[in-house]
Amino acid sequence: MKVAFWPGCVSKGACPELYVSTHKVAEALGIELHELTEAPCTGAGVLSEQNPALADSLNGLTLAMAEKLGADLMTICSTCQGVLSNHNYQLTHKPERMERANAVLSEQGYTYKGTTKVKHLLWILVEDIGLDKIRSLVKRKLTGLKIAPFYGCYILRPEEYLGLREKPERKNYLEQIISIIGGEPVEYHGKSKCCGFPMVTMNRDKALMMGGNHIMEAKSKGADLLVTPCPLCHLNLDAQQPDAARVMKQTIDVPIFHLPQLLGLAFGFSPEELRLDHHVVPTTKALEKVELKV
Amino acid sequence: MHVKMVVGRYAPDRKLDGELGAPYPPPYADKPRKTYQTFEIDLHDEAMVLDGLIHIREHVDESLVVRCSCRCAICGSCAMWINGHAKLACTTKMKDVIENGAVRVEAPPSMMPVRDLVWDMGPFMEKMRSVKPWLEGKPVSPDEEYRVPNEAMDELVQEVSCISCGACLMDCESYAVNDKFLGPHALARAYRYANDPRDSMQQERLKEYSDPNGVWDCTHCYECVHVCPKGVAPLEQILKIRQMSVAAGYTNNAGTRHALAFAESVRDSGRLNELTLMPKSLGLFNIKAQLQSLPSAFNLLRAGKLPPIIHHKIPGVTRVKAIFKKVGGPLT
Ligand code: SF4
Ligand code: SF4
Ligand code: SF4
Ligand code: SF4
Ligand code: FES
Repeated sequence: MKVAFWPGCVSKGACPELYVSTHKVAEALGIELHELTEAPCTGAGVLSEQNPALADSLNGLTLAMAEKLGADLMTICSTCQGVLSNHNYQLTHKPERMERANAVLSEQGYTYKGTTKVKHLLWILVEDIGLDKIRSLVKRKLTGLKIAPFYGCYILRPEEYLGLREKPERKNYLEQIISIIGGEPVEYHGKSKCCGFPMVTMNRDKALMMGGNHIMEAKSKGADLLVTPCPLCHLNLDAQQPDAARVMKQTIDVPIFHLPQLLGLAFGFSPEELRLDHHVVPTTKALEKVELKV
Repeated sequence: MHVKMVVGRYAPDRKLDGELGAPYPPPYADKPRKTYQTFEIDLHDEAMVLDGLIHIREHVDESLVVRCSCRCAICGSCAMWINGHAKLACTTKMKDVIENGAVRVEAPPSMMPVRDLVWDMGPFMEKMRSVKPWLEGKPVSPDEEYRVPNEAMDELVQEVSCISCGACLMDCESYAVNDKFLGPHALARAYRYANDPRDSMQQERLKEYSDPNGVWDCTHCYECVHVCPKGVAPLEQILKIRQMSVAAGYTNNAGTRHALAFAESVRDSGRLNELTLMPKSLGLFNIKAQLQSLPSAFNLLRAGKLPPIIHHKIPGVTRVKAIFKKVGGPLT
């Protein structure tokens, strides 16, 4: 299938391993990525809260670019998904906002008609590719690995913008994928809670504790690793983990995988190809459990 | 309908049979653990969770303590955790929450336990009081009633539906790690007064709400929007206060600096500049905070993950600049 691909800033910035592993997995699955290289940042919700008209226009531009391409818009970041879903909902439900945005876009040679569907890779995997196809591509079952899903906020809330009222099963896709590749999903309360990222500049220690608590809860339930569909969650849970451990005066030491890295492992790619050797928290122990080394 | 109700019970003066729960997290870590007891009961198909609890109290164990009154989402008494999420027991249908034949109910771990399903509403009410939920200042026209245009009220009615049930606070992520945070319900109410044309303390309010533990300490997780049974959408009211306070010039805080640095980065390059975002948000002269953020930068560097030192602009940046010029407001 062909998709308009919005990689988000973080996969092209501090999380290059996400960008690389997405390409590997997409190729294996036959997802044709048409990257929207000229699309702007979604504003991560920050612009939406300060200036809705501006955020409508910037996100309307991205939506219009996908529409022109005639393909679904694929994201690989819970935050991008949330912001684009939110503005797509506003634009298609509130004619005055659509009109206002199009008045701005028309000067740039674009008009948004409102037909684009925004879908996170996670949703595409289950809804468009299908679990059977994924199962058929598994070359290396991750048997014995206990994997804790970590969704992040904006792929779950607010439900009406994300289509979760019509498709409540979207709240369980990570577990479904973990099972199909042979892992054991870990059930824990923190899986749908916030990692603390939006608060990290405002109240650093508390934000670090927020993420740290969720990892520790998963660890106490036996998790070997966490998997997340959001690179911002990844930054807060992986890159900041040593700091969180310091603030909480505890050893944490649980690796955090991006969704396509986990899938890529099951598809037989090497840890290096998926850049699992470029994490702050070493992935070694988890990989050894499935007899892999970095 | 046959259902297994797993009820978290808290009664420090009694010995209860059942499965011992997890320790309470801070600040209630000194409290004894809850005991989970399972009751198997039969109810009619349309029964609410509260019907189940009342059935247990009336027919199985009269010592079960549960708080309720109106049974129709008006009094705000019966908010509790149902399968780990805040809900009103009186409006939650049992059949909607049964998982594998069972439903789990308990007082939330973020609130001080009193007995069984009852938790202490004191801190919740205290937060509400602290935002001064009343009209302040001298009446604008003392001799007649104050006429308020309808449009001025349109924005405020959403908050007025709040029944003070506490569901939003019990699932608030920021409150879970910081009990000084004013919280979703109080800040939603704060907005209701800060934007009322009859109130004459708007500036003081905005200043106070943008102080530490106010609107900028919200982590934007949407939990409060998700769990509120009355559609108050506290986060949306918090965001309106943020807008109002930035417009009023209360910008000397990390939250505002973060928002402005973010906007600048998108305007100038079309994307987020992770390298300058953190230093700018913390304030360039806030040396202590700058130093504190350093370890993560080292961590990133060591893992070979630091963002490209030269921040690249996206190819479509002229388009982005033009859009900012047109609708960017003060950010142009
Ligand atoms: S939300 Fe994040 S990744 Fe998505 S566009 Fe913005 S900064 Fe980039
Ligand atoms: S969990 Fe963290 S990074 Fe992820 S969506 Fe929520 S706030 Fe964003
Ligand atoms: S959005 Fe803010 S106020 Fe609402 S629950 Fe999350 S942190 Fe609390
Ligand atoms: S805002 Fe909603 S959830 Fe919070 S106290 Fe009011 S009614 Fe309850
Ligand atoms: S009993 Fe009054 S709100 Fe539930």
